[in-house]
Amino acid sequence: MDAITVEHITKKYGDVLALNDVSFTVGKGELFGLIGPDGAGKSTLFRILTTLLLADKGKGTVAGHPIVNEYKEIRKKVGYMPGRFSLYQDLSIEENLSFFATIFGTTVEDNYDLIKDIYVQIEPFKKRLAGKLSGGMKQKLALCCALIHKPEVLFLDEPTTGVDAVSRVEFWDMLKKLKTKGIAILVSTPYMDEATLCDRIALIQNGEILKIDSPQQMISNFEKPLFSINSTETYRLLNYLRVQNFTESVLPFGENLHLITNEPYEASQIEYHLKIAGFSDNTAKTIQPTVEDIFLDISQPVN
Amino acid sequence: MFKIFKAFVKKELYHIIRDKRTLIILFGIPIVQVLLFGYAVSTEFKDASIDVLDYAKDETSIQLIQHIQSSGHFTLNKVLTSEADIESGFKEGNVALVMVIPKDFSSDFYGNNPLTIQLIADGSDPNKANTLVQYTTRLIQSFQKNKLQQIENPFLITVEDRMLYNPQLISAYNFIPGTIAFILLIISAMLTSLAITREKELGTMEILLVSPLPPLLIILGKVTPYALLSFIDAILVLIIGHFVFKVPLLGSLILLLLCCLLYVILALSLGIFISTKAKTQQQAMLTSMMGLMLPTMILSGFIFPFSSMPQVLQVIGSIVVPATYFIEILKAVMLRGVGFQSVVIEIAILLGMTIVLLALALKNFKIRLE
Repeated sequence: MDAITVEHITKKYGDVLALNDVSFTVGKGELFGLIGPDGAGKSTLFRILTTLLLADKGKGTVAGHPIVNEYKEIRKKVGYMPGRFSLYQDLSIEENLSFFATIFGTTVEDNYDLIKDIYVQIEPFKKRLAGKLSGGMKQKLALCCALIHKPEVLFLDEPTTGVDAVSRVEFWDMLKKLKTKGIAILVSTPYMDEATLCDRIALIQNGEILKIDSPQQMISNFEKPLFSINSTETYRLLNYLRVQNFTESVLPFGENLHLITNEPYEASQIEYHLKIAGFSDNTAKTIQPTVEDIFLDISQPVN
Repeated sequence: MFKIFKAFVKKELYHIIRDKRTLIILFGIPIVQVLLFGYAVSTEFKDASIDVLDYAKDETSIQLIQHIQSSGHFTLNKVLTSEADIESGFKEGNVALVMVIPKDFSSDFYGNNPLTIQLIADGSDPNKANTLVQYTTRLIQSFQKNKLQQIENPFLITVEDRMLYNPQLISAYNFIPGTIAFILLIISAMLTSLAITREKELGTMEILLVSPLPPLLIILGKVTPYALLSFIDAILVLIIGHFVFKVPLLGSLILLLLCCLLYVILALSLGIFISTKAKTQQQAMLTSMMGLMLPTMILSGFIFPFSSMPQVLQVIGSIVVPATYFIEILKAVMLRGVGFQSVVIEIAILLGMTIVLLALALKNFKIRLE
């Protein structure tokens, strides 16, 4: 039995289509990522699955229960961490945790195993008010609170947004460990680099799922020729490449440009062509796509 | 289940204790308001100063002036010599009342001749002027009675009025019950509606909803601490009323406290109801201020006498404003010392309002967002 099933879910806010015919499944013990920019509809989907919103069309199940009729059952079995930090800022770490343990009819001691790895990191500050914690610590506490009742399914809405790079890595390590305990995890993130850490990902934009696959599969299925070009005149080069016949798309990636061509070339061919065109100092190499390359390639142009 | 409830109440108490604003609303406002209403908004008078234009200047007129002064409520400002001086005292604002004693006062008084004493008061404050004139008239009557004891005129009809339960017309007797009703309603309703909307604003309501907590438990858990604290407020105001403003407490204290508790629960239900409609704390605050404060002050008979309102407002006041009944109960139990039977209708109405409001609140409590 799948932990989450979503079938043709559609949700409108007035005239705005927040979700359009979304379908996917998440298995037990699977770490499933929803990858997409802000406003893609990720939070709306989370709220529908956590029974906080009703979808206009479509159906779904969580932990085997239909999301509308058996919402009470679902609320006992899921852990939910909303996108915005939603714990009591005027309660300490300890007080927050024991409150959430109690309302789920359990105690911190009973399920300490599950949160131990995370909790030890914030335990030295357990008397501190949640509102006074750093971003990373807040998220760790929120994760503890969402886990304290041993949920079957965990919903994490952008858990690493606003968290420093080190804490983000730690956070994902924790998720991997949780997965091994059989908890299904649906996680959303706007950071493409986190996508490869998931078992499977769904790329989502403007309320529509563009693609669902494991990140590795997505990368190896990408067949277009992709080059990373480094130049001292990045901006001029970008403008130049945009108007070339062989360019399918070119986008800046940090210091480099990522170029997709419409026909296969050798990297040296590109370098040579650019030298002739007056970009004396450039290097081009064929690269493996990142999830971001794939996302940008299949997403609709933003203009 | 009880453990969960206890944890909820504990959490709520932490919120209250750690938030200065809530504490101020909870304990600062009631005390300040009682003292303000008690001292500042008062229709009684103390040491009203009067001028006397004494045309008679005989023994009896001097006795009359002394009699009026000896009541303790008047101080003599000036003895005037001519009619032209009457207005100057009013204009300077020194004088609240001028008494004019006619010529030949002594002889007319003892000779049973008709005589007129003129009382002139400042009508720009009609309530005060009325009270002063009434009170002075009574003093003059009592003077007449004292002096003419022996030669009582059997054909003279005298009207003797007695203000029962509040013979000195002390305004605190009216204001303390009114203030209790007012404060309890505003504090309880506003604080609960704020506390619940705060959870919505901070997003914690989202987490509470995605938990096995039934809505009733969320509501009860949030409201119980406020019920207790508002009840303490009620006792606080009663104590101030009784010991600072000397409002008597003739009836059963237990009955009084039970009624206070019922009223607090009613106010809290109102607060819950408001919070099911309001999305933000600001909305909740405005609704409780505008929707509750004004009607309670104006339509409950607390400040403006019920009988002087237009019929429509009387109906609204008596149907919708719970404070109307609570003030009735408070006055009946505190001042008249009556028992349960005499206020059973009011209690039943309050109880009915509570049940309806609670049912509405529970029905409107959203189990999902939006």
